[in-house]
Amino acid sequence: MDCRDNAGIGVRLFGSVTYDGRCLFEGLSLELVAGQWNCLLGRSGVGKSTLLRLLAGLSTGGVFTGEIVAEDGYPVNDRISYMAQSDLLFPWLNVKHNVMLGQRLRGDHAHAEHAVERAGELIQRVGLGEHIDKRPHQLSSGMRQRVALARTLMEDTPVVLLDEPFSALDARTRSDMQELAFEVLKGKTVLLVTHDPAEAVRLSHHLYLMSKQGVTAQSFDAAEPIRAVDDTAMLKAQADLLMTLRGAG
Amino acid sequence: MALRSNATTKLNLKDLGISIVLIVFVWQIIVWLTNVPPYILPGPMRVIEAFVYNAELILQHTLVTATEVLIGLVMGTVLGAATALCLMMSNTARRFVMPILVLSQTVPVFALAPMLTLWLGYGLGSKIAMTILIIYFPVTSTFFDGLRATPGGFLDLADSMRATRPRTLLQVRVPAALPSLASGIRLAAVYAPIGAVIGEWVGASQGLGYLMLLANGRVKIDLMFAALIALCGFTILLRAVIDVLCSRISHWSGLSA
Repeated sequence: MDCRDNAGIGVRLFGSVTYDGRCLFEGLSLELVAGQWNCLLGRSGVGKSTLLRLLAGLSTGGVFTGEIVAEDGYPVNDRISYMAQSDLLFPWLNVKHNVMLGQRLRGDHAHAEHAVERAGELIQRVGLGEHIDKRPHQLSSGMRQRVALARTLMEDTPVVLLDEPFSALDARTRSDMQELAFEVLKGKTVLLVTHDPAEAVRLSHHLYLMSKQGVTAQSFDAAEPIRAVDDTAMLKAQADLLMTLRGAG
Repeated sequence: MALRSNATTKLNLKDLGISIVLIVFVWQIIVWLTNVPPYILPGPMRVIEAFVYNAELILQHTLVTATEVLIGLVMGTVLGAATALCLMMSNTARRFVMPILVLSQTVPVFALAPMLTLWLGYGLGSKIAMTILIIYFPVTSTFFDGLRATPGGFLDLADSMRATRPRTLLQVRVPAALPSLASGIRLAAVYAPIGAVIGEWVGASQGLGYLMLLANGRVKIDLMFAALIALCGFTILLRAVIDVLCSRISHWSGLSA
């Protein structure tokens, strides 16, 4: 990847997915805008996670017909990092080694010292400098999700896929994590799949609603993200979005 | 992801002590109530006397059995773990070896002891082979189950990080399966002495199984019980040591993860 830097890139997905001949979605098109937060909402079972897994190059159990292209023409799969609802920390590794998991799994021993230094910096950046040698069971759920965020950052990929990463957290921790993630992922192309209209409205530059009919862009009138939780325009947009979601198929 | 504690399968020394006292108490009561002759069922005190009187002899035979058990346990564990890894790595191995493994369980291991003695002789070899045979399947089966039960999220994460298949196996599946392997080894620690003693019963000149047969033939039932107690003591000690070692390789499994 020498010829490519790690700034966010635009990605376009177009295609259909079928399971045993049954169509999950057809002719669906989604465009992720480079270097910005793209949020995707929709009812459970509509195919949001399948779409995210397609982008991540993970198996979906279905047949995908279509294409996923980056705006620079290079493949997308190896330039994506993924953060799930569960922190997925390996319980047998400490915080530092969990953050450096990608290097460990790829057997990437080149620049090992630099990697250790960078992991240390990222752990400091997510506020866990004092916990670097702790195991996951010694951390709170919020701290564990911070480690998962540091692990995602360690991958330093242009595209970051977030699959409901804050949904298991309490309200205060979730709000803190949203701010931290928004700050540390600045400049990356982010796709956030969420069920929470408040979260989507707070964080998104571009908001998409997924239904059986396809993906539609939703516009709303509010300041640039990240938006204050008590922003009146944001609260109005959130209410409007909820109404739209309730009406969507 | 909350992984359940396996604390219930671990040996609690206090509970063990209470159980032993209870068994001895019931044993003594039976002897008193039935007035059964000592050549049928000796009382606990008589057995303790026989144990003390024959301590050196019992220790000598215990060391032989212990050697057979430890070598068999290590070899059986290594073979079982290696088989589980091969089954995990190769579809062909799964297709052809797995049915053989399942079929092999229909053969009573005890029935093989005379053949092993015929092929490997009266020495350590046949007892070690018997021990390996008896623990091989539990170790293979529990480790293989553990390797297949890796949380899907871990595998997705490894895929998204472009991990190769061998690295996913070694860095994700194997560590995640260590608690299952530990369960298999704990079972093996209890089964292994059974294998060695069966081997000794069929043909040996040393070991606790041999000593028990010898004592039985000479109607020294107190010595036979003393040898049996030595075997139980050794098995409990082995299980305790294995517990400590296993909790080191899978200490995180009983914790909230």
